[in-house]
Amino acid sequence: MTVNTQARTDEFTDIYDLGEPIADTRAPDVDVRQRWETRRFEAKLVNPANRRKLKVIIVGTGLAGASAAATLGEAGYHVTSFCYQDSPRRAHSIAAQGGINAAKNYRNDGDSIYRLFYDTVKGGDFRSRESNVYRLAQVSVEIIDQCVAQGVPFAREYGGLLDNRSFGGVQVSRTFYARGQTGQQLLIGAYQALERQVAAGTVINHTRHEMLEVIVADDRARGVIVRDMVTGEIETHFADAVVLATGGYGNVFFLSTNAMGCNVTANWRAHRKGAYFGNPCYTQIHPTCIPVSGDYQSKLTLMSESLRNDGRIWVPKKAGDDRPASQIPEDERDYYLERQYPSFGNLVPRDIASRAAKYVCDEGRGVGPGGLGVYLDFADAITRLGRDTVEAKYGNLFDMYAQITGENPYETPMRIYPAVHYTMGGLWVDYDLQSSITGLFVTGEANFSDHGANRLGASALMQGLADGYFVLPYTLANYLADGPYEPIDETHPAAVEAKQQVTDRIEKLLSINGTRTVDSFHRELGTIMWEYCGMARTEGGLLKAIELIRELRTEFWRNVKVTGVNEDLNQTLERAGRVADFIDLGELMCIDALHRRESCGGHFRVESQTEDGEALRHDDDFAYVAAWEFGGDGGKPVLHKEALIYQNVEMKQRSYK
Amino acid sequence: MKITVRVWRQANPSDEGKMVGYDLDDVSEHMSFLEMLDVLNERLTLEGEEPIAFDSDCREGICGMCGLVINGLAHGPERTTTCQLHMRSFKDGDVIDIEPWRSSSFPVVKDLVVDRGAFDRIIQAGGYISAPTGSAPEANNLPVPKENADHAFEAATCIGCGACVAACPNGSAMLFTAAKITHLGLLPQGQPERASRVLGMVEQHDHEGFGNCTNIGECTAACPKGIPLDTISRLNRDLLGALAKGKA
Repeated sequence: MTVNTQARTDEFTDIYDLGEPIADTRAPDVDVRQRWETRRFEAKLVNPANRRKLKVIIVGTGLAGASAAATLGEAGYHVTSFCYQDSPRRAHSIAAQGGINAAKNYRNDGDSIYRLFYDTVKGGDFRSRESNVYRLAQVSVEIIDQCVAQGVPFAREYGGLLDNRSFGGVQVSRTFYARGQTGQQLLIGAYQALERQVAAGTVINHTRHEMLEVIVADDRARGVIVRDMVTGEIETHFADAVVLATGGYGNVFFLSTNAMGCNVTANWRAHRKGAYFGNPCYTQIHPTCIPVSGDYQSKLTLMSESLRNDGRIWVPKKAGDDRPASQIPEDERDYYLERQYPSFGNLVPRDIASRAAKYVCDEGRGVGPGGLGVYLDFADAITRLGRDTVEAKYGNLFDMYAQITGENPYETPMRIYPAVHYTMGGLWVDYDLQSSITGLFVTGEANFSDHGANRLGASALMQGLADGYFVLPYTLANYLADGPYEPIDETHPAAVEAKQQVTDRIEKLLSINGTRTVDSFHRELGTIMWEYCGMARTEGGLLKAIELIRELRTEFWRNVKVTGVNEDLNQTLERAGRVADFIDLGELMCIDALHRRESCGGHFRVESQTEDGEALRHDDDFAYVAAWEFGGDGGKPVLHKEALIYQNVEMKQRSYK
Repeated sequence: MKITVRVWRQANPSDEGKMVGYDLDDVSEHMSFLEMLDVLNERLTLEGEEPIAFDSDCREGICGMCGLVINGLAHGPERTTTCQLHMRSFKDGDVIDIEPWRSSSFPVVKDLVVDRGAFDRIIQAGGYISAPTGSAPEANNLPVPKENADHAFEAATCIGCGACVAACPNGSAMLFTAAKITHLGLLPQGQPERASRVLGMVEQHDHEGFGNCTNIGECTAACPKGIPLDTISRLNRDLLGALAKGKA
């Protein structure tokens, strides 16, 4: 299908306004290989004696937050961190299974910093910033050293050296792992480093606290309003800089692989105060999740894509073939990824694997309840490697699958189906990881910066730790070097206003006393998003979704039922605030998806595909970051475009054939 | 299937608390245990009653946030976290008792939610390797025998859920503490602080009011990650060694 160019560049000015272009002004104008070194040298330093006079607030204690808190605490700054869980160790980074990439080239298989950079830019479908990605590849090497020094028990070979495996979308083995629990082990490492600083008195961590507003005073982020989730107390905290490390927003789909508590509230509140939201429509649908089993389903469970290294994906050749897998002969099986992508086979990038699964299910060849599943078969691997080896590599994943489904994956193939897993979009930041609010920095999944339109496997852990251990400590110091900023207190109009906004909103939520539960709204929003803003998006569908979401918002604020009071542990109230923000975010995601009339990475517009049904980019029109400015309640968001300039990697149509 | 749950309801830490029964008519065997509670909470909300407060987050068995005593067993009848327990482990007509972790060191916050801050404080007392960011040597300069690395990993899979404490008749957190001692003590990076670590962590453990270990082994039987009991032997050996050296 083709779309004429005129239509493709038309803007939907009845839905949003077009603002001035923006640009990253922080990356030095030197060769990409020298940029980070140059920036580090040019960045201002803070004398150790002055650091204790500077206060930093870090919201979120996942890989990006805990690593930053620990490192800044070690450096001597006053750090206050917050997490909504009952311990920093529970942040959702812990659930990452597969591994962490690093350009160590321990396998001697042709890897290098440049190749990791190249793979990540290509994997991101040429919608990420070269500067940021190159830096990510550079510091990847240091991350592994740091984690090993902390005692992270990575998998090792018999000689005692570190083991590697390969991961989707690349042809080298550069992924370090700790069985299927790499995220857990890395987070525990960062958590322990954080707790060490808590013991040293440089970090004060508040558990069961949720950030509900950012304080922007005199055009700088100077603090946050948080709610103590046990007592309901609304607290005001001040600092010289604020860091949001609050993760992604996949739960806008209700069903996702995110933890139940993952939410967009911190980011959305900052967005409302002036932080631009970058590429909100870029969401990653992960191909290897356990299919939905019923309408009571509260979340979806990911099976690490490392399983695709040894598992073979197939469906029956015939539509409607409902024989058990074991009774379908080899020549009646379609190993569709191996067939369509002979050089990458089952290891194609996530977006391609997900869409391919959707297509075979749309053709009626899906397996399991509702026909929404494909097989991931380990029979060959068990024959080739032996059951013990397979168990050593994937044992915990197989156990998890068996526990959830009641089926034994050593004997029958697993059933998998795509699920929302990661959001590449997030708050817009410059090379220094500073948002469009001065003094507000955003790290990890919460920012938009490194993965473009699609993230490669084992890159999320890399980015979270890169930002926290090795990037922010330099760039934040550069900002803090001009501090301490003039002290403000609770009487400052910005603090008073922010606190009032929080209490007004809570009172409003508690006073509606309607007839529908918070979860019923969240499920409805999720259904709209999955249907119209999921794996395949159309102009008509997105326009419809925007209408439906607006109606849902009206209904929510008229008819939601929130029981209990504020001055108590009130999980319904917590969820209500988060769902209200998800509704607003969902609308912006659909607007972003609507305006981007091309397909790229995780964003697939049905109107823009090649004859083979692959994502078709339009680099002349859309090689930019869409950074959205909040347009006021009921107002239109404003689109600012940051042009993406490729000086090193040639933009090509991705091919994994 | 039809089931009855009897749930511990306690409005706040000072409330006395009591068991309250609820009947559920339409429970699918494929539901997770927590999804069954979600369904009940939706109903309670619509009836204008306060839903039951309970903790959960990842619902994949890895974050350690969830934890209920189900029919007297920490995390229920299967060796797994509460979130990974499915209703297929129960049958039609069952009466299921649901309580919070019971330990004076884990005070009840509300209903089934407890405060496990003591675990963070035990880690603060030495459950780390001091490796300031930027100071690390090249990773492969320090080979670790695979066997040690694997054992360290096994201990490091502890999710800090607290089932060991809930299961222990003495209310001891020795398995949690020992898992960290073992993880770090088996690695070459962990040697410099090995003595101070065990002394600090055990002292904090006792200070938090956790009971002593008398080698009963309920902890390891209840542990969803199967942390082995021999980690406690390792802790004891490290503790004796450290005390003998007089490194207090």
